Amino acid sequence: MKKNKQKPDRELVDRSFLARIEPYLYLLPFFLGIAVFTLYPVVNVVLMSFKEDYSYLTREFSQWGLANYDKVLSDPKFAQAVGNTLKYVLLVVPISTLISVIVANLLNQKLRFSALFQTAYFLPMVTSVTAVGLAWKLMYNKNFGIINYILSFFGIDKIPWLENAAWSIPSLVIFGVWNILPFTIILLLSGLQNIDPQYYTAARVDGSGSLRIFLRITVPLLAPTIFLVCIVNTISCFKVFSELYPLFNGKPGPFYNLYTVVYYIRFAMMENRKYGVAAAAAIVLFGFIFVFTMIQRVVQSWMSARKR
Amino acid sequence: MRVVLDHVTKRFADVTAVSEFSATLEDGELVSLLGPSGCGKSTLLNMLSGILPVSGGRIYFDDQDVTGMPPEKRGIGLVFQNYALYPHMTVMGNICFPLETQRVPKAERIERANEIARLVHVDMLMNRKPSELSGGQQQRVAIARALVKNPRLLLLDEPLSNLDARLRLEMREEIRRIQQRTGVTTIFVTHDQEEALSISDRIVLMKAGVLQQNDLPQSLYNEPANQFVADFLGNPPINNLPGTVEDGAFVAADGKARCALPMLAGVENGRNVNLSVRSESFVLDENGPMACEVTRVYQMGKEEMAYLTFGGTDFRAYIDSEEGLRKGDAVRLSLKRRGVFLFDRETGERIR
Repeated sequence: MKKNKQKPDRELVDRSFLARIEPYLYLLPFFLGIAVFTLYPVVNVVLMSFKEDYSYLTREFSQWGLANYDKVLSDPKFAQAVGNTLKYVLLVVPISTLISVIVANLLNQKLRFSALFQTAYFLPMVTSVTAVGLAWKLMYNKNFGIINYILSFFGIDKIPWLENAAWSIPSLVIFGVWNILPFTIILLLSGLQNIDPQYYTAARVDGSGSLRIFLRITVPLLAPTIFLVCIVNTISCFKVFSELYPLFNGKPGPFYNLYTVVYYIRFAMMENRKYGVAAAAAIVLFGFIFVFTMIQRVVQSWMSARKR
Repeated sequence: MRVVLDHVTKRFADVTAVSEFSATLEDGELVSLLGPSGCGKSTLLNMLSGILPVSGGRIYFDDQDVTGMPPEKRGIGLVFQNYALYPHMTVMGNICFPLETQRVPKAERIERANEIARLVHVDMLMNRKPSELSGGQQQRVAIARALVKNPRLLLLDEPLSNLDARLRLEMREEIRRIQQRTGVTTIFVTHDQEEALSISDRIVLMKAGVLQQNDLPQSLYNEPANQFVADFLGNPPINNLPGTVEDGAFVAADGKARCALPMLAGVENGRNVNLSVRSESFVLDENGPMACEVTRVYQMGKEEMAYLTFGGTDFRAYIDSEEGLRKGDAVRLSLKRRGVFLFDRETGERIR
């Protein structure tokens, strides 16, 4: 009698143990991928940044210490890279946000051919940055590029987009903005579609024109999304590299004047073989991005608290 | 302001939402647009506000033709079903917003907003956001926002449907009070007959985009123009006894039960009719013309609700509880003059 009673109990326990580990089994393959390709490198980079005179091949290093950070932070090239990156962020983020707020509003209207416009605007999203970068390089070409060709109709002389240090920033920024627009527009469009159209009707009945509706109703209601877009774009702009690489034949600008932080990391690693320095620079970049992410979290929780 | 609707029609792709609608609403009246869901009453309201263009017909405000006029020029205040208060503005900001677009100076805006807020009793909530208000308070703010610009016409689209039962009672009294204080001509859309009957000066009853009756509340109840009106108003619903007319008598559906009624004099023989009787219009009467059987009795305090059957058709009647009816009793009833109607069964038209 007792045995009979106990047996199903144990089965129950066994089954529940299996049931308990079953979800982890399903998660395991993905977790292994993450562990090998993300977690291990992350830990390794952190460690590497503290290893002085680290050799990647022999895995030898002289001692633990902050020498790599000291090198990075006192390197004028790194300061230049941070300056360029900040300049890029401060230009691309506001410009792309402004353009995409306007474009998203236009796409949100019931326009004719709106499907065509949507496809056109979202096209950059499905293309490879590097491939498109090569196309832009051709368009920017001083003598044969389509941009200078079109500008010539307005009597504008040939602009050395990629050959001149002063022009290289605008050309990078224009390409960067174009590249970032689709994702930004998608986010803003979904934000716009969450706004109850009754607010627009109510405002129109009250005699508000389109501009007033846009400024007093649309923008305030879209503010949380606009803020999210700014932060997401800031983070991605901090990591600017793949926009830069194809435009200038793999060089950071025509006269090595457009070093960005990621370019600095790559350069330290690939050209100078200073893995510790590269790792330290990566950690510093992580610090920048981390600060912005925190700002985003704080402001967003403050915004949603204010809404309630 | 007097509102005249002259053969107003609205067609969408393949449906006619409002068809040849003509009515006149007098200055200062509170008019209910009543009808079942989908009858076109909100469409009509949106055409009055100018949000929807008409497909045909004309709309006049006093002597002014406003048919093609955009909403902001019509001088209307609109209260939406879910209030549509701007969530990012305070109550003050919401009420001031219509004045802002009219370029009213700020000091005057605030003064007028405070004044109207006192009228609708939200003056102590001016710094709150809409999400910090109860449903009833949001409703009041929405009304204040609609009234602050002194509209010629106040339009309310199912304003009470988002409130719970108790608040609904309270708010409908409030709407009546505010309307009477301001004297603004008001159109109130509702599907709730009780709401319409209790607060309106006049009820416009619609069905499937067609005007059924435009009348005083009591006339709508006491003198319905057709079967639909009689069915739509009244709780419990009116009793419809189908039958035919034979020599001034009503013959029930089973062909046996019959009763002679003076109102049937002059109705041609063999006409298919509904004898429609409100539950309160039956009287127990030993010499009454209707021989019925009691099937069920419910106590309802002072009165009893009796379920009876006449010629195979069940109906409900209020009976004085002192009579002590029981299930199975055979009784005779006579009909009062009020609340008894005869409708053509095919067309629904009233036979007088």
